Amino acid sequence: MTLRGRRGLTPYLLLLPGVAFLAAFFLVPLYYLFNTSLQEGTFTTTFTWAWENYSDAIGQFDEQFVRSLKYAGIATALALGISYPLAYWIAVRGGRWKNLLLLFIIAPFFVTYLIRTLAWLTILSDDGFVVDVLQTVGILSDDGRLLATSTAVVAGITYNFLPFMALPLYVSIEQIDGRLIEAAQDLYASRARAFLRVTLPLSLPGVFAGTLLTFIPAVGDFINAQLLGAPGQYMIGNVIQSRFLQLGEYGQAAALSFVVMGAVLVLMLIYAKVLGSERLTGAGI
Amino acid sequence: MDGAAANAVEADVRLEHVTKRFGEDVVAVDDISLTIERGRFFALLGPSGCGKTTTLRMIGGFDQPTGGTVYLGERDVTGLPPYRRDVNTVFQSYALFPHLSIYENVAFGLRRRGVRGDELKRRVGEAMELVGIGSMAARKSRQLSGGQQQRVALARALVNRPRVLLLDEPLGALDLKLRKQLQLELKRVQHEVGITFVHVTHDQEEAMTMADTIAVMNEGRIEQLDAPAELYERPRTAFVAGFLGVSNLLQGTVSGDGVVRLDAGGEVRAAPGSLAGRSGRVAVGVRPEKVRLGAGEANAIEGAIAEVAYIGVSNQYIVNTLAGPLTVYVQNADPGARPAAAGDPVTLSWSPEATFVVESTKEAEK
Ligand SMILES: Nc1ncnc2c1ncn2[C@@H]1O[C@H](COP(=O)(O)OP(=O)(O)O)[C@@H](O)[C@H]1O
Ligand SMILES: [Mg+2]
Repeated sequence: MTLRGRRGLTPYLLLLPGVAFLAAFFLVPLYYLFNTSLQEGTFTTTFTWAWENYSDAIGQFDEQFVRSLKYAGIATALALGISYPLAYWIAVRGGRWKNLLLLFIIAPFFVTYLIRTLAWLTILSDDGFVVDVLQTVGILSDDGRLLATSTAVVAGITYNFLPFMALPLYVSIEQIDGRLIEAAQDLYASRARAFLRVTLPLSLPGVFAGTLLTFIPAVGDFINAQLLGAPGQYMIGNVIQSRFLQLGEYGQAAALSFVVMGAVLVLMLIYAKVLGSERLTGAGI
Repeated sequence: MDGAAANAVEADVRLEHVTKRFGEDVVAVDDISLTIERGRFFALLGPSGCGKTTTLRMIGGFDQPTGGTVYLGERDVTGLPPYRRDVNTVFQSYALFPHLSIYENVAFGLRRRGVRGDELKRRVGEAMELVGIGSMAARKSRQLSGGQQQRVALARALVNRPRVLLLDEPLGALDLKLRKQLQLELKRVQHEVGITFVHVTHDQEEAMTMADTIAVMNEGRIEQLDAPAELYERPRTAFVAGFLGVSNLLQGTVSGDGVVRLDAGGEVRAAPGSLAGRSGRVAVGVRPEKVRLGAGEANAIEGAIAEVAYIGVSNQYIVNTLAGPLTVYVQNADPGARPAAAGDPVTLSWSPEATFVVESTKEAEK
């Protein structure tokens, strides 16, 4: 209270490094990227102003674009479905093993993203164990495969982003006062009802955070599609990556980036409205 | 509900040999049996850690007893979860749902029981009026003061019209003035709704003010279960005598019917029946305000005043006697009177009716 009441420059001075960092490494690059998105050509040829980048981006790559949203959406839903029980169980039943169990969730991060995904390449490979079993059981036909399918790409994304979902969920569930659950049961709510009416709504901020942390990077991901998929599974990230790094079509790549950013932003706002996060977190988004 | 015993008062809560252990060593509740009659304001009173909360939680269904049986009315509810018991709780921490409005907090129990529409609105409204929070329906719990949250917790429990309302130190978090005010209010509410209240507290004054029956607990057992006046006037154990106010205890040996010979010499007469079959070593007690400075009553002891404290409504004396120091309160009824001074020799006297007998505490003191 006294701190908040004190009027001075201190709070603003404290904000300065963060603001400076954001300006230097986010706003400025964003500005240059936007400039680039409006130009045609490469560094070697001369740039000319062009709005066509945007119409081209949407017109040519709508397939990859829609696929990205679809894969990211499915992977986010799967990650949520897997993480929620996991996080719930650790938070409520973990007891003194909590920290160790959390470590297990984070453990894959000790290995680089690329290597982890390459590991999945082995796991899902045509002569691998998983394919063998699925073929024996009859889920896959004898010449069926997992690699180069959307299943593999979605599975890879789900796996790689699982911790981003599980950790915020864990934090929000862990924070819930157990006495509230007792109070709900005292007021005639069965365990299931108490979960639906108290635990679930109180964990929504975690669901919200986890979903965003998973969905946003997943939409722009290209590693999983590149390693576990085939061109038929390529996502918008693959397109941007190849435009930028292989074809040198910076204008188009930048325009694509902005389209993705805009779309994600719009989806996020709709999502926030639906989930009522403004009410939940007490802060408008 | 059932006319089996038409005239007998129905018991709302009955505990039979209820025991609760935590692990191997902790016996939180040790073989408690008690009956709480319908419509009582019943207090569980005792020092921190004596097992009050655990007892309450077993009635509510949050903890299951290690041994014994819990009845609500005639029904054995041992082992039933809280949501299958016709009981509601006011938690010490209030435990209001932070994501729901005050209205929805109060409506929570009724909704789970399928009450809807106008009836829901009416009953929630009535409950909120009853505890004086009628105008706060739309707010969230974090926007309320401690006293208001307490009222919401009360309304949220009462609105369900349970058979029994459990209150675990409901006023513990409030400041003294608010606590006094809410004590009276809780009593009024209980009177209005007529529901059996089981109130847990470590504050003897609170228990005395509010309850019509008090069970004094110590180390997981019930020391004495009685009306407040009876507990104060006729404590049956040294613990009860000490927990409910100041008491003077004199060691002695039973030497006849209602007569105790003091170790320090002399005899003390106790009220008829207060020996309650005790023999051998005992302690006799008397409350400080029942002792006179001066002779005139049947029990008397010589001493010298060691300390005088002026408290306003009374003078408090510590008097050294052969039986040890005794505390005496003398009311300041006469403004002109000069209080006795330190060093003055005095005779202290009190009536047999004011004398109670408990077990000898000499061993415990050594
Ligand atoms: N969940 C528990 N696990 C272990 N010991 C407990 C637990 N709950 C209570 N106890 C112990 O049981 C005893 C009685 O506790 P409690 O009923 O809370 O006392 P009170 O409410 O009278 O202060 C205490 O010694 C306490 O430490
Ligand atoms: Mg307690």
